[in-house]
Amino acid sequence: MENLIGLGILAALLVIGYFFGRRSELKHYKKIRQQEEKLAYMPVVIGQWKNELDPQQSYELVHGSVVVGSDYFKTFASSIRQIFGGNIASFETLIDRGRREAINRMKLQARALGATKVINMRLETSSIGSNQKGKQGLPSVEVHAYATAVYPPELIS
Amino acid sequence: MKESIQLTNIEVIPGREIVEHYGVVLGSTVRSKHLGRDMMAGLKNLVGGELSGYTELLQESRDEALKRMKSQAKDMGANAIVNVRFSTSSISAGAAEILCYGTAVLVK
Repeated sequence: MENLIGLGILAALLVIGYFFGRRSELKHYKKIRQQEEKLAYMPVVIGQWKNELDPQQSYELVHGSVVVGSDYFKTFASSIRQIFGGNIASFETLIDRGRREAINRMKLQARALGATKVINMRLETSSIGSNQKGKQGLPSVEVHAYATAVYPPELIS
Repeated sequence: MKESIQLTNIEVIPGREIVEHYGVVLGSTVRSKHLGRDMMAGLKNLVGGELSGYTELLQESRDEALKRMKSQAKDMGANAIVNVRFSTSSISAGAAEILCYGTAVLVK
């Protein structure tokens, strides 16, 4: 009887995780795409291009970060996947969402400065919140994007 | 008058000349999340999505690290920091170190 209840709870959590997780992922992707379109006018350049930098412009550091967590279904699916090995597609989309969101936030910060482009971007990913007393904790990943924004100098009258 | 320090993650500040290098400056913080946030994140992990509690926490600690780095540079007499880099490492379960470092310079 107890086993049955346990199984029922697991099934319920999986169903909740699957439907809500899927819904929130689709919503998040929609939001990311909208923002990317809005910010598409601002190119991101990786590299310094030192000889081509305009001395008339102003330069300032901008950054953006996000922590995304996986849902119960994804965590469960990944633990099954780890028996056989191979691509864990559910985690791939998770990290993809995190990266694009972090870049968008960085560009939003740059837009607040009035930037025309963003140079020398770096991405950094770190997993936080795992390994609580030996057991695998909450799978979540932090993505941090930082770069130098190039913007026209404020005119001081 | 409080003069702000200019930060870039490229090697130079275009249009301005670097007259003096003061060497490496760095700032770091070690922060842990508190229980309430941890529980909320645990619930959020059921359905997935952004863990905004953690995002905020890391943002705060990054700002703190930047502030420490800037005040170190100011003590040296610098007015800009070039080549800024960030790094994160988890020290123990639930605590993370945020480190940022760069080269303090005097520009004119």
